[in-house]
Amino acid sequence: MAEPQRARPKPTPETQHFWDGTKAGELRLQRCDACTHVYFPPRPFCPSCASRKVSVFKASGKGFLYSYVINHRPAAPGFTPPYAIAVVELAEGPRMMSNIIDCPQTPEALELDMKLEVAFQALDDKITLPVFRPAKG
Amino acid sequence: MRSNHVAVVGAAETTELGIIPNASQLQLHADAALNAIADAGLKLSDIDGFATAVETPQQVCHYLGIKPTWVDGTSVGGCSFMLHVRHAAAAIEAGLCKTVLITHAESGKSMIGKLPRSTPADSLNGQFEAPYGVYGPPSMFPIPVLRFMKTYGITHEQLASVAVVQREWAAKNPRAMMKDPITVADVLNSRMIAYPFRLLQCCLVTDGGGALILTSADRAKDFPRKPVYIMGTGESVETPMVSQMETFNSSRAFKTAGPLAFKEAGIAHGDVDHLMIYDAFAHLPLFGLGDLGFMPYEETGKFIADGNTRPGAKLPLNTNGGGLSYMHSGMYGMYALQESVRQMRGIAPAQVPNAKISVCHGVGGMFAASGTIVFTNER
Repeated sequence: MAEPQRARPKPTPETQHFWDGTKAGELRLQRCDACTHVYFPPRPFCPSCASRKVSVFKASGKGFLYSYVINHRPAAPGFTPPYAIAVVELAEGPRMMSNIIDCPQTPEALELDMKLEVAFQALDDKITLPVFRPAKG
Repeated sequence: MRSNHVAVVGAAETTELGIIPNASQLQLHADAALNAIADAGLKLSDIDGFATAVETPQQVCHYLGIKPTWVDGTSVGGCSFMLHVRHAAAAIEAGLCKTVLITHAESGKSMIGKLPRSTPADSLNGQFEAPYGVYGPPSMFPIPVLRFMKTYGITHEQLASVAVVQREWAAKNPRAMMKDPITVADVLNSRMIAYPFRLLQCCLVTDGGGALILTSADRAKDFPRKPVYIMGTGESVETPMVSQMETFNSSRAFKTAGPLAFKEAGIAHGDVDHLMIYDAFAHLPLFGLGDLGFMPYEETGKFIADGNTRPGAKLPLNTNGGGLSYMHSGMYGMYALQESVRQMRGIAPAQVPNAKISVCHGVGGMFAASGTIVFTNER
C-alpha cells in the first residue's frame, strides 16, 4: 500500500493563476486597481471595495513569522510529527498558512517575528506549494 | 429584538453524557428533545418551530414526528445554538411560530451515525490550509495563541490555570466527565498535542446532546419551570480559515457578537453574575474576557490565574467545568446554554447564589463564528 499522501490542493478557475505562479517559482498576489488593496486568498474582485478590476502581481516573497503551532498529534497524512504549521505575514500585507523549512521545528528556533522568505516545494508535476525558510542576511 | 419578551421554558441534555455506545447521533437528538419536551410539560404536537445544526431540520423533524411552520438550519459550528436562540426569539416576536425546539447532538466519541466532516481539495481551506498539515481542531484552533501571548504578555502558566480552575468547577458537577483536581504542573506536564497546548488544555471528546424550548414571555408563566428570559443577543461570522483572521490579538466575530448582546440587554459588565465562554481550548476564555470587554487583554491571563473565576470568586466562569472538563461532543455551545439556563433556574450543581444575569458566549469553527446570549431570570 502506498504511503498516505499529504493533502493536495485542487485549483479552481479563480485560483489557477496562483498555482501557475508557484509552479513557475513565483508567489502571486492580487491588488485592486481601484483602491490598491492587496489580498489573499485569490478571487476575481476586491474584498475591500468590490471592484472587479484587479491585477495579479509577483510578490516579494518576504515576510515574517506571525504565529504557529508545532503539531504533535494527530499528524496529518504525509507529515512526520512534530512539525510546525505557521502563519506568515507577507511584506505586502496578506497572511498565509505555510510550513517553515530549513529550521528546527522547536519553540527555540521558531521565534515570532523572525524574517522569512518564500521557497517552493513541488508536490507533483501539477502542484508546487509555497513554503518559507528563515531569511538569509 | 426587545429584551425579555421570549423565554426558555424547556431545557435538557441527553439522559446520558460521555460515552454512549448504544445510540446513534440522530437518536441522541431525539433523546434530548424528548427530555426537553417533558421538562416543559409539552407534547410533540405543541412544537411549531424547529432549529438544529449539522443534521438537517428535515432529518430531525421527521425522526421526531414534528410538523414545523418555521425552521432554522443555521450551521456555523459549535455556537450555532446561540444563533438559533437569537433567530427563534426574533421569529416568535414576529409571530412566525409560537414554540421553538432547538436540538443538538453529536456522537463525537462513539461516531455512530455521525456525518463525515471533510475538506474538499478545491475548497479554499483545501487549497490554502490543508496542504500544510492541519488535521482537526487541535492543529488549527491554537494557531493564534502564541501571537496573543506575545502581544499581551500572557504566560504558559496562566493558560494552564484555565484548565485548573475549570476542573475545580467540574469537581462539583456529578455529570462532569473529568472531576479529579489538577495543578498547573499537571497541565504543563501532560502530553503535548500542538505546542503550546497540551492534552489538558484541549477539550474532551464525548457523546451527548441537549435541547431547548422557547416561547413568548407572556406564555412562559404558565409553564412548570421558572422562565429564563432572553435579555440580549448577538451573532457574527468572520472566516472559515484561521490563517485569514484579521488579527490573532482578538476575534472579530467575538467583538461583534458580544457587545451587540450587551447593548441589547442594556447591561454593563458589572451586572454579570455568571459567565460561560465556550472553551474548546484554554485560550478561548482569555479571548472572550477581552473581546467581550470585561478587561484589557493584558489582564485576562492573570485574572484567571489569580482565581477570580473559581468557585466563590467574583466572576464565576464555565461553572459546569466547560469543554475542558464537563463534556465536549464537538459542538459544545448547547451545553454552555444548558448551564446558563440551570444557573438562571437556580438548579445548577455548582449554583452561583442569587445569580440574576448570565452571559453565554459561543464560538463556531476556529474563531469562524460567534453567538452571545444574555439570560435573566427577572422580567
